[in-house]
Amino acid sequence: MSEVKKIATRESYGNALAEYGAQYPELIVLDADLAAATKTGIFKKAFPERHIDCGIAECNMVGIAAGLAATGKIPFVSSFAMFAAGRAFEQIRNSVGYPKLNVKIGATHAGISVGEDGATHQCNEDIALMRTIPGMVVINPADDVEAKAAVKAAIEHVGPVYIRFGRLAVPVINDVPDYKFELGKGVTLREGKDLTIVATGLCVSESLEAAKMLEKDGIDAKVINIHTIKPLDEELIVAAAKETGKVFTVEEHSVIGGLGSAVCDCLSEKAPTKVVKIGVNDVYGESGPAVELVKKYGLDAEGIYKKIKENL
Amino acid sequence: MNNVELQKTANEVRKGIITAVHSAKSGHPGGSLSAADIFTYLYFEEMNVDSKNPEKADRDRFVLSKGHVAPGLYATLALKGFFPVEDLETLRHVGSYLQGHPDKKHIPGVDMSSGSLGQGISAAVGMALSAKLSGDEYRTYTLLGDGEIQEGQVWEAAMFAGARKLDNLVVIVDNNGLQIDGAIEDVCSPYPIDKKFEAFHFNVINVDAHNFDELRAAFKAARECKGMPTAIIAKSIKGKGVSFMENQASWHGSAPNDEQFKQAMEELEKVGATLCQK
Repeated sequence: MSEVKKIATRESYGNALAEYGAQYPELIVLDADLAAATKTGIFKKAFPERHIDCGIAECNMVGIAAGLAATGKIPFVSSFAMFAAGRAFEQIRNSVGYPKLNVKIGATHAGISVGEDGATHQCNEDIALMRTIPGMVVINPADDVEAKAAVKAAIEHVGPVYIRFGRLAVPVINDVPDYKFELGKGVTLREGKDLTIVATGLCVSESLEAAKMLEKDGIDAKVINIHTIKPLDEELIVAAAKETGKVFTVEEHSVIGGLGSAVCDCLSEKAPTKVVKIGVNDVYGESGPAVELVKKYGLDAEGIYKKIKENL
Repeated sequence: MNNVELQKTANEVRKGIITAVHSAKSGHPGGSLSAADIFTYLYFEEMNVDSKNPEKADRDRFVLSKGHVAPGLYATLALKGFFPVEDLETLRHVGSYLQGHPDKKHIPGVDMSSGSLGQGISAAVGMALSAKLSGDEYRTYTLLGDGEIQEGQVWEAAMFAGARKLDNLVVIVDNNGLQIDGAIEDVCSPYPIDKKFEAFHFNVINVDAHNFDELRAAFKAARECKGMPTAIIAKSIKGKGVSFMENQASWHGSAPNDEQFKQAMEELEKVGATLCQK
């Protein structure tokens, strides 16, 4: 893995904003005193007059974004997932979701891979919160290529979008010439007939590695990358469940309310299938280097491999 | 409009409020009535709006941050011609576009959905910022309750507006002194309101919310003030215009029964008749 290029998707976020800033003059970026960490500072350098630092006041920032969107701008609200989806949940629901305003929420530092800052800053609940809001699009990109494509798709989509970015540098897996990002469409990265792994975010590359480990044991795993958790690509998931029987969901998020729950919601109704949810098991995170935490919480390739073996 | 015309219009707004809330059998008459003169002045004198073209780009914006007094806003919009006055009777009914709290998606003339206290002012600040960013001339107005300013988000928004010198923004506080649980100073005093906004770099003007000369002077001064947003602290009477509702916290969020409705309308009719003789 050492020779694989790794980039944190928060970096991709900042780069994409700066890249599309010229093409979309209505694009306004808001931050809450975290521009250096969310990487919106990259946009600020290119378009200082369109970067609005709201200070440490996320609820107000979301409301300001609502006002900007109501008057024709395309605002990107930026903060850590904890303070965007968490603290400002109700502002997002009532001031953005309900009026269906064209606000984009770029939430960085999601999940336990925040690392050393520990549990207060490790948001494992944002996908659950955001997917309950009617009309909200929820995207969790797996790598640099997908993260940039997600930003562009969010700009072009009219309506509220939540995009989840990470702090930890993750392998670039989508750097292929025919890469195409389609909102609401999952991507089958690996075919397999014995079981399906449905993964999202940084767990996608780990799941691909896990599938290789399973292969050595003679187990043929299909791997699906779900970058858009809402709307979910139900067609793809139902077909995979029918084809392989067993489904494993993998996410750096609580097993309550995230991708696993979304997949269960879909399959329980349309193709009842045993689903094993791999994620953060209804616990808070803790301090430590991100890579070690991902391992400790069983979300690295080995952890995923073990959990699948245990449940076959 | 001269003051008598404004008073007549405000009286019609009050009749609309009572009619709507009575028909809904729920809603918030007290704070709607206290703000009726403010609504009237904004829509019939101050703001650049066109009921025939509610979405026109250069219109002034209004955000009802104290969204529960929607009956006051709806009655004003209806009288201004945004939608039929008869529709006020559908307030809060299943299937009606006149939702209990303002819904921008479905109500002509409503610039922002609101109702969860403390949030509307932020959206108004965003609209004012938006105008500054693109050099637009429109102005943004937002009406807050004096209980509402207990919400921390109000002060986040005020800090931002003051720091960014948003002189195209006018924040109006309907200071009727009462909230659901009682007098605002007994529940959790926000006083002194004017000094607080001054500290957040606002141009602060204290007025009598029911005096059109004072409202006129305040909004004129707000237009003339450069380099800082304006806060108009409007001392009002909750339930103003209906004798048994005045200064009663209990009328914050309850509807009149048929008998009370009749009495309220008779009182307002009488006021209307007197104004017609002027």
